[in-house]
Amino acid sequence: MHKEFLMGNEAIALGAIAAGVNLVTGYPGTPSSEVLETVAKRRPEDTYVEWSVNEKAAMEVAAGAAYSGARVMVTMKQVGLNVASDPLMSLEYIGVKGGMVVLVADDPGPISSQTEQDTRHFAAFSKLPCFDPSSAQEAYEMVQEAFAFSEQYGTPVFLRPTTRVCHGYASVTVKDAEEYTVHKPEGFEKDSSRWVIFPRLSFANHKKIEERNEKLADVFSGYERNQILPPCEENSGLKKGIAAGGISYTYAMEAMKATGMAKTLKVATPFPFPEALAVEFLQGLDEVLCLEELDPVIEKELVYVCGKYHLSTKIMGKLTHDVKNAGENSRDSVAETITAFLSDLGNDESCSEGETNTGASEQETSASSRTAEPPALPVRPPVLCAGCPHRASFYAVKQAMKGKKSVFCGDIGCYTLGNAMPLDMVDTCLCMGAGVTIGQGITKIEPDTTCFGFVGDSTFFASAITGVVNAVYNQANMVLVVLDNSTTAMTGHQPHPGTGRTMMGEIVSKINIEAVLRGIGLTTVETVNPLELDKAVSTVQRVAAESGVKAIIFKSPCIAVVKPSGALHVDPSRCIGCQKCIRQLGCPAVTLQDGMVRIDEGLCTGCTLCSQVCPVNAIVGGDNHE
Amino acid sequence: MNKNIVLCGVGGQGTVLASKLLAAAAMEREIPVMSAETIGMAQRGGSVFSHLRMGDDLYSPMIGSGSADVIIGFEPGETVRMLPYLKKGGHVIVSSRAIMPVTASLSKSSYSSETMLSYLKEQVKNLTIVDGDLACQQIGSPKVLNMVLLGAAAKTGELGVTLDEIKEVMKKRLAPKFHEKNLQALDWYQKN
Repeated sequence: MHKEFLMGNEAIALGAIAAGVNLVTGYPGTPSSEVLETVAKRRPEDTYVEWSVNEKAAMEVAAGAAYSGARVMVTMKQVGLNVASDPLMSLEYIGVKGGMVVLVADDPGPISSQTEQDTRHFAAFSKLPCFDPSSAQEAYEMVQEAFAFSEQYGTPVFLRPTTRVCHGYASVTVKDAEEYTVHKPEGFEKDSSRWVIFPRLSFANHKKIEERNEKLADVFSGYERNQILPPCEENSGLKKGIAAGGISYTYAMEAMKATGMAKTLKVATPFPFPEALAVEFLQGLDEVLCLEELDPVIEKELVYVCGKYHLSTKIMGKLTHDVKNAGENSRDSVAETITAFLSDLGNDESCSEGETNTGASEQETSASSRTAEPPALPVRPPVLCAGCPHRASFYAVKQAMKGKKSVFCGDIGCYTLGNAMPLDMVDTCLCMGAGVTIGQGITKIEPDTTCFGFVGDSTFFASAITGVVNAVYNQANMVLVVLDNSTTAMTGHQPHPGTGRTMMGEIVSKINIEAVLRGIGLTTVETVNPLELDKAVSTVQRVAAESGVKAIIFKSPCIAVVKPSGALHVDPSRCIGCQKCIRQLGCPAVTLQDGMVRIDEGLCTGCTLCSQVCPVNAIVGGDNHE
Repeated sequence: MNKNIVLCGVGGQGTVLASKLLAAAAMEREIPVMSAETIGMAQRGGSVFSHLRMGDDLYSPMIGSGSADVIIGFEPGETVRMLPYLKKGGHVIVSSRAIMPVTASLSKSSYSSETMLSYLKEQVKNLTIVDGDLACQQIGSPKVLNMVLLGAAAKTGELGVTLDEIKEVMKKRLAPKFHEKNLQALDWYQKN
């Protein structure tokens, strides 16, 4: 054993490696991406790892390997599970031979996601066990236990961390390489009565699944990570209790350093719910406050348990409006709620004995003790980076379509930020791949509108190709715009089929987007560098005027993966102060200081877009300019 | 010994590396560490923070309001934003240079570093203002602001680790060609 300073996601990856994982697949998505990346970085030689083309492919590749007796993990964010839900819902009935951990990271807030969906519901819906870690250390150990449960019960299991667990760091005690489990897969054994899903098999297995989950609810009541705190001799007189899971459990424990410990139920397996343990917890309690993020899963389970066992305990939480029902919890919000809840408890009733009361001194002051209101703070919404080629692409389309009736359908990626002023070039955004298809629906109703479907290169491969096939086959009239920056930028520059690199470090032939589009049947596919503004604008005008489905590929690499050209600067003798560069582009490198336009040399990448927009050629310098 | 430290600034300023070095220095002493930081959409040009906690009996990587021993601010406005985390008598180290958000340029409303700094002067007894621009200029690199601020913060004696310990982990974690400038940066505040 040794200690490492690890992000929760890294701890999960090392835990999987320690459990002898043979294959890991996934699709990038915040906050899950670092799990697979860390496996790739730290894996033993014979562990296979891939970024799959999307979550459905990842789930199926992993399932095939688990059928063959391998220990496998598949990683994704919560909305990725929607894409993978088709194989998952059937896999529930088939089961696995090797252990299979489905790592799905939820994103309360949401901080980097479209939805605040709760994967604990998906676990109950798919009837698969779910593990919910509260810290990096617990996640490290839990993933190893999850593999053992999965193999013992022949079923995939969920590991469901949330953003603050995924991205929180801690000094974690981990195993040395000699302590790793070595798992040798037995290989695939043909047995059509086991691996081929048919109605009869589903019916038979459904019965077994229900029996298994009833048993698991009992097993989980004895699972050491589901706990009643403090130990029972200390909590006998307490009338109020706290039930919590995940990061909210840690916030509650921090808060109770100041208030004194209430009787606490820590829920580490929200499904199947540890019912017997919950009954034991509820004994003698008048009121229970539930602290959890996203949906009131623990709260509803406790309401159910109270009904089933005729208990009169009042269960409080989101359903009773004692806890907010959207957005993430914070240490402060949990501390406030707990303090209010326990206020009439009286300090002598609580188990403060043996607790360090650092919390009380920690919070001796707060924002309210400041003597004056702070001055208005700068707002910093996320923006496209300085020099981002997406800015140029959006600007070219905007210029080309000026005064024409058009709708711009966006998609998921950095380029969603094209919605911000002054570009204002994203009229719709729904989910991965919908940029291509939403516009098809709009033009069926509004034929005189020119619809643009914007899609990034990684998203194109993940889920837009079928949408293009749909457009061609069903005679749509639309412009497909592929924003090809040669990487998966938003999630941290993962390779994809168009990059020619795999996560095993191989150099492979790139899948050519233009060839894919021509293969589908598009006859107009033009590739242009968006940073050559005039050419880009005329290309858009020419292509948009054609009928049917046509495509423009804006090809220019993400500024984070190429070396910048020299920075530009403003020639004050030429600048007329019109600020067109600022008003039209919104580049963070171009700022106004004391009424003068200035370019921040540290940020400017020398993309030259602003110099091409300047009406008096006042922006100069860089490698390629005067 | 328990320490809560907040590092804050604008994406791309190097707050994460600074936080990692402090954590590594604490790990060398075998002090348990936890931290949390902004990741994802807000990274570039947005407000970013790191919470760093050292000591025993830690559950959460996040710091509660009114409990930070030290705030290391890479930008005046962001430092004011994080001020509610400061505990009574806590220390604030702040770089004086403001970074204008894109929105300020668009709305033609600049915000001034002076307003933020004078608010900090009113509110914080243990305030250290660092001329980060001057330091970077003298050292000859725009990338060393994080080390300059760490050096200034170490002088308060409230970081839980010493300047020498920070230097040692910096040398372990960064390539040798970066050592000289970063060592200069760590020493800059004490020598000026």
